[in-house]
Amino acid sequence: MKYILMMNGKKSDFEGYARWSKEDLQANVAFMRSFSKELKDSGVFVASEGLGWPNEAKLVRAGSKGEPITDGVFPESKEFLAGYWIVDVESPEQAYAIAARLSQAPGPEEKTENMPVEVRQVLSSHSDLGL
Amino acid sequence: MSGPAAELPIEHLLRELAPQVLGAIARRFRDFSSAEDAVQEALLAAFRQWPKEGIPENRRGWLIRVASRRMTDMMRSEIARRERESAATPEEEPAIEPVEEIEADMDPEDTLILLFMCCHPALSPSSAIALTLRAVGGLTTVEIANAFLVPEATMAQRISRAKQSIRTSGVPFRAPNPQERGERLPAVLHVLYLIFSEGYASSIGAQLQRLDLAREAIRLTRGARALLPEDTEVAGLLALMLLTDARRRARTGLEGELIPLDKQDRSLWDRDEIAEGTALLTLALSKGTVGLYQLQAAIAAVHDEAVQAADTDWPQILALYELLQRVAPSPMVTLNHSIAAAMVHGPARGLERLRLLDGDERMRGHYRLDAVRGHFFEMMGDFRKAVQHYRMAAARTTSLPEKNYLLTQAARLEETASEPNS
Amino acid sequence: MKYILLMSSTKTGVSGYHQWSQSDRDAHMQTLGGIAKELVDSGEFVATQGLTEPKEAKMVRGEKNGVPVTDGIFPESKEFLLGYWIVDVATPERAFAIAGRISAAPGPGGIPTNMPIEVRQFAERPAATN
Repeated sequence: MKYILMMNGKKSDFEGYARWSKEDLQANVAFMRSFSKELKDSGVFVASEGLGWPNEAKLVRAGSKGEPITDGVFPESKEFLAGYWIVDVESPEQAYAIAARLSQAPGPEEKTENMPVEVRQVLSSHSDLGL
Repeated sequence: MSGPAAELPIEHLLRELAPQVLGAIARRFRDFSSAEDAVQEALLAAFRQWPKEGIPENRRGWLIRVASRRMTDMMRSEIARRERESAATPEEEPAIEPVEEIEADMDPEDTLILLFMCCHPALSPSSAIALTLRAVGGLTTVEIANAFLVPEATMAQRISRAKQSIRTSGVPFRAPNPQERGERLPAVLHVLYLIFSEGYASSIGAQLQRLDLAREAIRLTRGARALLPEDTEVAGLLALMLLTDARRRARTGLEGELIPLDKQDRSLWDRDEIAEGTALLTLALSKGTVGLYQLQAAIAAVHDEAVQAADTDWPQILALYELLQRVAPSPMVTLNHSIAAAMVHGPARGLERLRLLDGDERMRGHYRLDAVRGHFFEMMGDFRKAVQHYRMAAARTTSLPEKNYLLTQAARLEETASEPNS
Repeated sequence: MKYILLMSSTKTGVSGYHQWSQSDRDAHMQTLGGIAKELVDSGEFVATQGLTEPKEAKMVRGEKNGVPVTDGIFPESKEFLLGYWIVDVATPERAFAIAGRISAAPGPGGIPTNMPIEVRQFAERPAATN
């Protein structure tokens, strides 16, 4: 069963992250690396990407002639996807356990809460997109 | 250079030979895990070299020679490493075994031993599936990874860990005794069944270069049957696979959409597979025992013998589900039982049976519960409730083709319900 | 350059999709299928994934006594990811053009959905210097 584990953040969260001390940043990066490695070693890793700072994010919609209309204006409250992992596991419980570990990634001392990780099952790709 | 077998594509040849070679090497070197790696490398070498240099006359001998050389190399470098680390007295170098000696030791039971080893109950289902496909099926890691849509490195790791588990659990490389066989055969059949189900489920929609897992499962189960010709559940499982696989061309529409059993063009069903499956089932049932795969096969056979959906012998299917409830009860059996009950006694009875599942934790939020409920409401003419349940099921399913099918059903019903003369 | 094209919706938006007629849904899927095939042929296709519905979404925050703490409570306004495409293209304009085509895919009554699609570039991985 394939699950996607997503970490989201508002613009203010990204800005806060950018102000972490060097040690805190390094600890967080090291955690993420070893987390991915653990997933690979245990044979559940499917994919992951870090999307990073969304200052170049664009919203595109089709214009009246089908041409793309882009703008980069988002409300302050918008949650951006910061990164995701896709894992192939035997049960939803296994997916939640992995998400729980991810949510305990280290941060600066002032951080009192665990980061929330959104967990969704992936639609099986026996799809009719003709791929 | 080679006889009639050269007409077969090389990978088919290799897959047949793989478990034989693995058995021989694992027995001779007494290290299943390393033997499996060595045999994989020999297979890959054959795959690269045979198309260029021609298929050798003694193919198995060739593979055994290459694999055993690899084993000796691995052992030599391990010895060298230990000597470097401890400066102890030099160990004896492993001798190169003559291929003929290794081949003389071979046992036709080797494939059976491997099957039992790879489907050991200590392994998780996905580990057992991966290892079985590689060690017994002779598939490459890339093929298996592609079949399950995971990266190659992940699948390699999964297989490696599975072998590690086997090593730690100390499972010996020998034929299981009759008692062990009885205890562990269900796990073997379950793994083969899972491989088939995965293959059959992914036969919906456009085909990629994906390995035909359903055919692989049938091939492996045929192998199991050849090794255990008296076992009725092995026969039952093979029959079930054939009777199900027979319908594969009819279950996908032109746009890759799902077509349910009662709407399929039965002229597309494979009559040969149905005949073979039915004959196998009849033989198995004549032995007197009744197991879960034989019962499921019997149900499939009843469906397959109906020339049109309307001819389906539902009372017989209902009786078979009643039996299945006693032999191997499960929420899915109850669900399917309710469908048969509805077809024989009317949708109200079907709904009644479904209520049995309302308290069942295992079925909570399961899309099929809503899908089947929707179907019963449709049968009763309560289109509003049917649409509601189809949409709930669509929201819950994890399969895109199923989701589209359910939303299409809902849309169709809504259009019918709003027609002036409906 | 790799880009991810994100399609999101609120729960209300999703239940709206449930009401589409069969022919509308078929037309939509056909358009997307065509785009996908083009991208595969041009070598720009990397991946696409659909996610199950927001109904089934769970938020996980740490664990208590070794058990993950999960809940399924989200604000009504939350935008849920429905799916994404990853493409490998020569220019940002190409990524926007692809997003525009997806956005123009027909919806109810054959009218383009004009769904807004978020386009994000992947962080460049530093090239190895050794």
